[in-house]
Amino acid sequence: MVFGAFKKLKKGLGRTREQVLGRIGAAIRREVYLTEDFLEEVEEILIASDVGVDAAVELTEGIGRRLRKKGGSMQLADVAAVLQEDVARLLGGASAEEPVMQGPPHVVLMVGVNGVGKTTSIAKLAQYHRDKGRSVLLAAGDTFRAAAVEQLSMWADRTGVEIVKQAMGADPAAVAFDAIGRAKAKGIDVVIVDTAGRLQNKEGLMRELEKIARVVQKQLPEAPHETLLCLDANTGQNGISQAKEFTSVVPLDAIFLTKLDGTAKGGVVIAIAQSIDLPVRYVGTGEGAQDFALFDADDFARGLFDASSLDETAQDAAADATEQ
Amino acid sequence: MYGNALRFRRQRALPAWAGVRVWVAGCLGRFFVFQELQDRLEGTLRNLRGNARLSEENMTDAMREIRRALLAADVEVSVAKSFVASVKDRALGEDVLKSLSPGQQVVKVVHEELVALLGHSAQDLDLQGDPPSVVLVMGLQGSGKTTFSAKLALYLKEKGRRPMLAACDLQRPAAIDQLEVLAESIGLPVYTQRGTEDVVAVAKAARQAARDQLCDVLIVDTAGRLQIDESLMEQLSELEAAIKPSEKLLVLDAMTGQEAVSIASTFNDRIGVTGSVLTKLDGDARGGAALSLVHITGKPIKFAGVGEKVTDLELFHPDRVAGRILGMGDMMSLIEKAQENVDEEQAAEMEAKFRRAEFTFEDFLDQLRQVKKMGSLKSIMGMLPGMNPKMLKQVNVDDKQLSRTEAIICSMTPHERRRPEILNGRRRKRIANGSGTHVADVNRLLKQYKDMKKMMKTLSKPGALDRFGKGLFPGM
Ligand SMILES: Nc1nc2c(ncn2[C@@H]2O[C@H](COP(=O)(O)OP(=O)(O)O)[C@@H](O)[C@H]2O)c(=O)[nH]1
Ligand SMILES: Nc1nc2c(ncn2[C@@H]2O[C@H](COP(=O)(O)OP(=O)(O)O)[C@@H](O)[C@H]2O)c(=O)[nH]1
Ligand SMILES: [Mg+2]
Ligand SMILES: [Mg+2]
Repeated sequence: MVFGAFKKLKKGLGRTREQVLGRIGAAIRREVYLTEDFLEEVEEILIASDVGVDAAVELTEGIGRRLRKKGGSMQLADVAAVLQEDVARLLGGASAEEPVMQGPPHVVLMVGVNGVGKTTSIAKLAQYHRDKGRSVLLAAGDTFRAAAVEQLSMWADRTGVEIVKQAMGADPAAVAFDAIGRAKAKGIDVVIVDTAGRLQNKEGLMRELEKIARVVQKQLPEAPHETLLCLDANTGQNGISQAKEFTSVVPLDAIFLTKLDGTAKGGVVIAIAQSIDLPVRYVGTGEGAQDFALFDADDFARGLFDASSLDETAQDAAADATEQ
Repeated sequence: MYGNALRFRRQRALPAWAGVRVWVAGCLGRFFVFQELQDRLEGTLRNLRGNARLSEENMTDAMREIRRALLAADVEVSVAKSFVASVKDRALGEDVLKSLSPGQQVVKVVHEELVALLGHSAQDLDLQGDPPSVVLVMGLQGSGKTTFSAKLALYLKEKGRRPMLAACDLQRPAAIDQLEVLAESIGLPVYTQRGTEDVVAVAKAARQAARDQLCDVLIVDTAGRLQIDESLMEQLSELEAAIKPSEKLLVLDAMTGQEAVSIASTFNDRIGVTGSVLTKLDGDARGGAALSLVHITGKPIKFAGVGEKVTDLELFHPDRVAGRILGMGDMMSLIEKAQENVDEEQAAEMEAKFRRAEFTFEDFLDQLRQVKKMGSLKSIMGMLPGMNPKMLKQVNVDDKQLSRTEAIICSMTPHERRRPEILNGRRRKRIANGSGTHVADVNRLLKQYKDMKKMMKTLSKPGALDRFGKGLFPGM
């Protein structure tokens, strides 16, 4: 936390925040004491990662409890370690879990608001499954946005997988239906269905999504096997409403968290995990098909507080603390 | 805008609504106005009533609530802090107005400050100089740059300009196709060049093409880039130096969280932002990023993207976004609509009746008809503070219900409308038959009417009515 903050500090953020972070930064080697001010600063740094007020308060209270237990003072590095632990636990402690393959075909439905990275993330998943030796078919279910079909086609070419597409304006449910039909006939392992971006407050578009899922089930009653919410790491508290609304229309299995190659921490997934218990399964770390990883809660938590820029002493202390 | 809101209240048109509000609330089974921030403030300032002034001590908790509200709306931490400090300065020492509760007063100050900041010297695009003037469109991946470029081109075309688009996103697959499709749909020229990665060369060639074709504005769509991507930021900086845009617009997604500050400051430092565009405001994000944007760049937000279609572009309304950030719904739209449609004289008369608790079914009928003029009930309720789409979905006051209620009242004789207490079983049955409803419907309406009367009795106490009206539009 503190330490990622250092990096950001150099980039010149608002003065107030610099002061806050500077103060904590200066305290790295020091013991920290249980004071209102300190806890407030921790809370602020959490909020600055988009975890939201409620989750930040809860995590901070956890720190307060630990501090109290330890008699009111703690090494700052330990504070970081405790926060990491708590965050990882909140996120279900998932560490790079492979998806459970079903089918064939294993049907993946990618949903989310506009511009979050659905199509690009589909390319990444296609690449991932192909690298595992599975055959993949993409369904060009965004028949709305200009050149969306062309974009997915280019990704199909680049990753060397098949694609089923129809004309612009075609019924996306029909595209998905065809794709699964084709996959069944040809014995393809994985079908990934792209969808148009839709804001969760658009009733009509959400109904359309419901229909896609329903029609998919006509082909394969247990499909979709993986319904993924594509979430941009830059998203703030609206991410909570996205998760809630989408899952009420098409029950979500996991989050694909994109654009983690920036400085955005994607902290809102913590608030999401708290409110609807939706895990993160994949992360996107760039614009290429290879810029992809399975989600690792510990890594994520470390990224959130960025222990890497801790100086040697503090790192050792943190390691000691986690070993104990 | 407060001017407007206050003027509106002075016209005393608001209470005319109160009856309908009680009726709608009756249908909902509860009051739907959810004034989270104001209620919390009311709580923290409760013991202030006796005190004459807002002071350092009595405002501490209130300021904490405001900060919390801003953070929940995605205003960046440091921006929220300095904003709260400025609000505090302004509110300090202000006399507690008699007409407003302390909570309302603080909300009013917060809202005014927000509007002042967001509305920061709103200007039109600067498209002076030798044609073609160049508009550089930049921002993160997926923020809506390409869509906005097309929207802006159409907007300028409609203002009599001759814009050309330049496809300088040579990165994202099919980005050029996307801009081509959009340009064709609005019937405007687009300059493209495939098979190259030299963005600067493409932009220069586009400018020449614009000159040759006598276009007076060139809108340059660029690839998305994260503000920390050094090589892409360098590329943008070179592009900027080469084409010397007169407008450099930063496009930001309204759903953006705390990163907004870092994004805005980097683009501003490296490229120089002349104005911003907030997209996807048709969603339900609170839009606190807007405040961070303006705070950091010191430049106005010039446009709002409100949908995926090329026509979904609006000039930025600071007042609306301020209300949104505070969770107060789009109250200005509602007030504008009300102003257009509520007959002032009638409203004043209604208020008098309210005070005397003489509200009859005839008055109710008038109100229903005024509401109907304003649009569908759902669309009106959608503008009310605290109503989100989910709640609207659950609400089953549809316009049929409005018509049904109207039909029931119309089936009463004028005498019955004025003296509903004479409605016995036989009359109710007749009314049900006449309006094509059931006796149960008639009974329900009568029950609602009774509740309304009761409510109005309490409201007719001096002062209570003002507060009630204000409850409908918190912060006024
Ligand atoms: N830096 C970065 N950009 C990404 C990532 N994922 C997607 N993008 C970019 O985000 C933009 C929108 O992606 P796209 O897949 O078209 O989003 P969609 O509208 O949700 O399908 C494109 O410019 C992508 O290259 C990521 O993990 N990191
Ligand atoms: N609902 C909504 N969607 C928008 C708006 N502006 C852009 N979009 C959508 O956001 C996605 C990304 O837009 P695009 O222009 O391709 O973004 P770019 O990557 O920045 O060029 C597309 O699905 C657009 O249709 C808006 O104001 N409202
Ligand atoms: Mg897409
Ligand atoms: Mg684009």
